[in-house]
Amino acid sequence: MRIQFKTSYEHDIRLFPDRWSFGVYAALLIVAFALPWLLNAFYLGEATNVLIWAIAGLGLMLLTGQTGQASLGHAAFLAMGCYTGAILMEMGLSFLLAMPLAGLVTGVIGMLFAIPAVRLHGVYLAIATIALSILADDIIVLLEPWTGGVSGKFFEPIELFGQTIDRWSTPHLFYWMVLVITIICTLFYRNLLRAPLGRAMAAVRDSEVSATAMGVHIAYTKALAFGISCAITGIAGFLMGIFSGIVTNETFSLVISIQLLMMIVIGGLGSIHGAFFGAIVIAFLPQALSILTDAVSSSSVAIPGLESGVFAAILIAFILFEPMGIYGRWMKIRIWFELFPFARKDMFRRQKSYLKTERLR
Amino acid sequence: MSLLEIRNATLKFGGVVAVNDLSFSVEKGEVYAIVGPNGAGKSTVFNLISRFYDPFAGSLTFDGQNLLKRGADQIADLGIARTFQNIELFDHATVLQNLLVGRHRHRKTTLIEEMLFTARVRREEKAHRAAVEEVIDFLDLQPYRDKMIAGLPYGVRKVVELGRALSSGPKLLLLDEPASGLSVEETQDMRWWIDDIRTQMGITVLMVEHDMGLVSSVSDRVLALADGAKLAEGTPAEVQADPAVIEAYLGAGAAA
Repeated sequence: MRIQFKTSYEHDIRLFPDRWSFGVYAALLIVAFALPWLLNAFYLGEATNVLIWAIAGLGLMLLTGQTGQASLGHAAFLAMGCYTGAILMEMGLSFLLAMPLAGLVTGVIGMLFAIPAVRLHGVYLAIATIALSILADDIIVLLEPWTGGVSGKFFEPIELFGQTIDRWSTPHLFYWMVLVITIICTLFYRNLLRAPLGRAMAAVRDSEVSATAMGVHIAYTKALAFGISCAITGIAGFLMGIFSGIVTNETFSLVISIQLLMMIVIGGLGSIHGAFFGAIVIAFLPQALSILTDAVSSSSVAIPGLESGVFAAILIAFILFEPMGIYGRWMKIRIWFELFPFARKDMFRRQKSYLKTERLR
Repeated sequence: MSLLEIRNATLKFGGVVAVNDLSFSVEKGEVYAIVGPNGAGKSTVFNLISRFYDPFAGSLTFDGQNLLKRGADQIADLGIARTFQNIELFDHATVLQNLLVGRHRHRKTTLIEEMLFTARVRREEKAHRAAVEEVIDFLDLQPYRDKMIAGLPYGVRKVVELGRALSSGPKLLLLDEPASGLSVEETQDMRWWIDDIRTQMGITVLMVEHDMGLVSSVSDRVLALADGAKLAEGTPAEVQADPAVIEAYLGAGAAA
């Protein structure tokens, strides 16, 4: 059992609560950077894919997990970031400039979308954002001169610091680039959480009435959450485009939106870890399934709907048995070991919550 | 000049008159209690001051500022903090984080600074943390500092909500039934705290309360409401002896 003795306010503010957790994350980081030597090109590509999904997950996590606004329209923002980045690079901008700009443009558009959308609550907001996902398809086709429409848009390998970064010829460079972007996004996210704005977002999620009474502007905070969330998602979309080499109007469909939302629910709503755990599940499950089906049946007959069926079953199982997601389960296991042998069976049983003041809207 | 002045406030919900031509003023440094039977419009008065409701008519002035010109989220900036009748805490956050949200009105840093967590953000965070720690000491919340709200007993939540309001460093504290659902000992604690909030911290308190024991022991002046209108106003003893108040509570003939 580890007990922390806090001797200054710095303890509550700094990134890592103690040396032990700093060591754990440092080790994780070293392993992450050493991955190109440990894995072959195929699995390195998969790891890159996981990281890209994790960035997108962080984006949605900020909006849904931290601010409590469900969005089923994030595939549209992935697409927006992807096409914006591609167009900017075609205009001759370097990747280093195009990537943040793609994020910025997506963020601003997300914020504009939020201005009318934040008036909606809960499931109504989710329905409104579905419209975005569906519209994205048509808009991409309509804007054919810029987006390539149905025939798609191709991505050239990136030139960065005199190196050619390409998924196929230099997978390790591509992986490191995505890893660095992931770390930067995670740091930004973590910094927000320990600052007033992150707390204001959690306040909006848990009780809009008292958040208002504490001086938090609800619509502004929600719009800001939308903006930051969309910016991160846009960057992820851009990376996804470069990763797959070609995107068409069908790449970022409603299914991607649903997968994103599923990912953060399975991973654990409201935590950074959740985005990563969820990304691992979402990115590896199709591979795991195909390996499994190959092992079970010798004939290579594709089973239609198997993937979505398994996804759905996993989601239902998580909502029923572990609403806190993989991160919640992980915390429970950790606390069990930390308290050993004093953990009690009902320690995590959810308590009945008390009546809320009648909502004032 | 009074700290809070309400003049001829009227609020109707459809045909129901919730607050009817109500006028009263709260002086700086006093504990002012509002009592009245259920549905008398006590909490509605609070929601008017918090600007959750717009009055049909009348004026609300705080510290020389017209409250009606402010949005609900700007009220905290003026130095008015409140608690809620049914506890509105942020359930999925720790006690410390809840209290820190109370400091939101003192936020000076911008989004970019917070994302980069600059030295200024760190300095501000420490200042917020120090201010919150004083409230924690004052309310004896040390054992619960890092506990999630969702797992706390009712009595503690009530205190945390008071703490969150105090953390914002208000000039006027609105307490909506601070003792409801509390045990006798907890109500006693609340009584001392309200007393200390006034005398030590110099914060003016406006509270709605049903517990007449608490009201008469701690408040300087009492306003009795019935059907949204003023029934009586004065010291606790005066109001309790007022025939109109006795009639509203116990029915006609009881005073005789």
